[in-house]
Amino acid sequence: MAKTAARRKGAAATRRLQLRYLAHARSGDKGNTANVGLIALDAEYYPLLVREVTVARVARHFKGMVNGVDRFELPNLLALNFLLHEALDGGGTISLKTDAQGKVYSTALLRMEIPVPVALARRLART
Amino acid sequence: MTGRDGRTVRIAAGQGFWGDWLEAPVRQVRGGPIDYLMMDYLAEVTMSIMQKQKSRDPSAGYARDFVPLMERILPDIVERGVRVTSNAGGVNPRGCAEAVLAVARRLGLPRKLRVGLVSGDDILGRLDELIGRGHALSDMETGRPLSDIRDRVLSANAYLGMAPIVEALRGRADVVVTGRVTDTGLTLGPIFHEFGWSPDDWDKVAAGTVAGHIIECGAQASGGNLLKGWRGVKGLADPGFPIAEASADGSFVITKHPGTGGVVSVASVTEQLVYEMGDPRSYITPDGVADFTSIQLRPAGRNRVRVSGIRGAPRTPMLKVSIAYFWGYKAVGTLVYAWPEAFDKAQAADRVLRQRLADLGLAFDQILTEFVGVDATHGRLSGPPHPDLPEVQLRVGVRAREKPPVERFTREIAPLVLTGPPSVTGFAGGRPAVEEVVAYWPALIDRREIEPHVRVEILEA
Repeated sequence: MAKTAARRKGAAATRRLQLRYLAHARSGDKGNTANVGLIALDAEYYPLLVREVTVARVARHFKGMVNGVDRFELPNLLALNFLLHEALDGGGTISLKTDAQGKVYSTALLRMEIPVPVALARRLART
Repeated sequence: MTGRDGRTVRIAAGQGFWGDWLEAPVRQVRGGPIDYLMMDYLAEVTMSIMQKQKSRDPSAGYARDFVPLMERILPDIVERGVRVTSNAGGVNPRGCAEAVLAVARRLGLPRKLRVGLVSGDDILGRLDELIGRGHALSDMETGRPLSDIRDRVLSANAYLGMAPIVEALRGRADVVVTGRVTDTGLTLGPIFHEFGWSPDDWDKVAAGTVAGHIIECGAQASGGNLLKGWRGVKGLADPGFPIAEASADGSFVITKHPGTGGVVSVASVTEQLVYEMGDPRSYITPDGVADFTSIQLRPAGRNRVRVSGIRGAPRTPMLKVSIAYFWGYKAVGTLVYAWPEAFDKAQAADRVLRQRLADLGLAFDQILTEFVGVDATHGRLSGPPHPDLPEVQLRVGVRAREKPPVERFTREIAPLVLTGPPSVTGFAGGRPAVEEVVAYWPALIDRREIEPHVRVEILEA
């Protein structure tokens, strides 16, 4: 429904693009929770991140790997902070994972694709 | 010195964790003007490792490498008037302070060294009394009361804030050695001491907290582990560790010494700000609550970022307590499978191993298989592997409450070499080690139970 309406307005020409072209990130741990700070590479992209990188989409992206997602906005840093619960096989010293401290959940989030206006996607593909 | 003119105080990060680059503190002291060197040694379970060492040797229980490090820099810090704040004391701050004093005596410094010793964070000996008086010390994550695991507790320490550090600096300590003082307290203490701010000026507390958070992980704020434009980060063989240049208005600049590698940029500071972040509106420390959504960053010259606008809220009546307890055992075994069909072979080996563990009737809390080169870092998000991978490392971990199944697991890895799928190597390390698992139990306690017990002493040598 929303898609059709948007298409009618002529604003919906979008292409799916990995977050790595729009953001950088760092992640860490707090117990069995990993956090990922997602930071827009340019102020222009931040509203896109806020709109498209939703809790529901991030939860779907990490389905089977985490149990519960929270999101916080930091417009002052052009950043979103995600908490990925039960992401670390118990976390800390208990975890058997290579990434027991959630250090590379950052780039795992950057694999996610979001719809991006075609013009912007083309511009980013050139860089 | 910049700090003495009343305009700015320069606090330099020397260590971001126990095991950080040993040259960093030396270069921070010698590479340019600083007023304070702060060194954070304590991660969540570090205290339990130290407690274990202390139980074997009563003189141990602190970050041992702090002492030879101080031996290298004491002459410089005395000469330059640099003061040190560090939580290297772990579960034995007195032992640590005395070791530093012994080194000072041996060096024959031009004047006496004053060491501030902060204690009172260790509540291991008070646990039963506290539980008896109704403090449940429940796990902040699970809500379970501490009584569930009381008999397995190895260490228990309250997180202290800046107050004892300010007091030690007021007592003219050259080096302040503490136990479980928060990483941010090591930076807040010097700033509040120098500017004479009131500890209930919550915006100032929040500003100092943010400064502390930015520099507490060392080079991770100045080009280390920086993802944005990582190829362009030069000189990481000699990275400049971050320095916070605090001003009396509560703003500060993050920078590094000239001539060092790495980079201080809005990107490098932002990545560190979001590291280990929870709710950005309430970053809680013993000293106050900082609102990370109020932080303003702007470039202020080459390798300089100005941080301002930070708002804070009053401290909470509770202090966090870091409790470590014995959980059980774990082991991780690895083997490397070579081309062709490396991934298929590694998967087949994993099936064989799991069948053998099952046939032996071994019970584990968890068996985790990862294929390094295929999915170890990003799990199923990695997608299907390249069909012709040159090699794959099979990595299998197990954990259990009891030792025997884990012990037996460690003897099931090497046999796969001659009894499993072919083209296998990389077992030269021998049998994997059985590790004791010490787990972390975060809890809260009324600060009035802790603060009257905190002591600051000044020792001289």
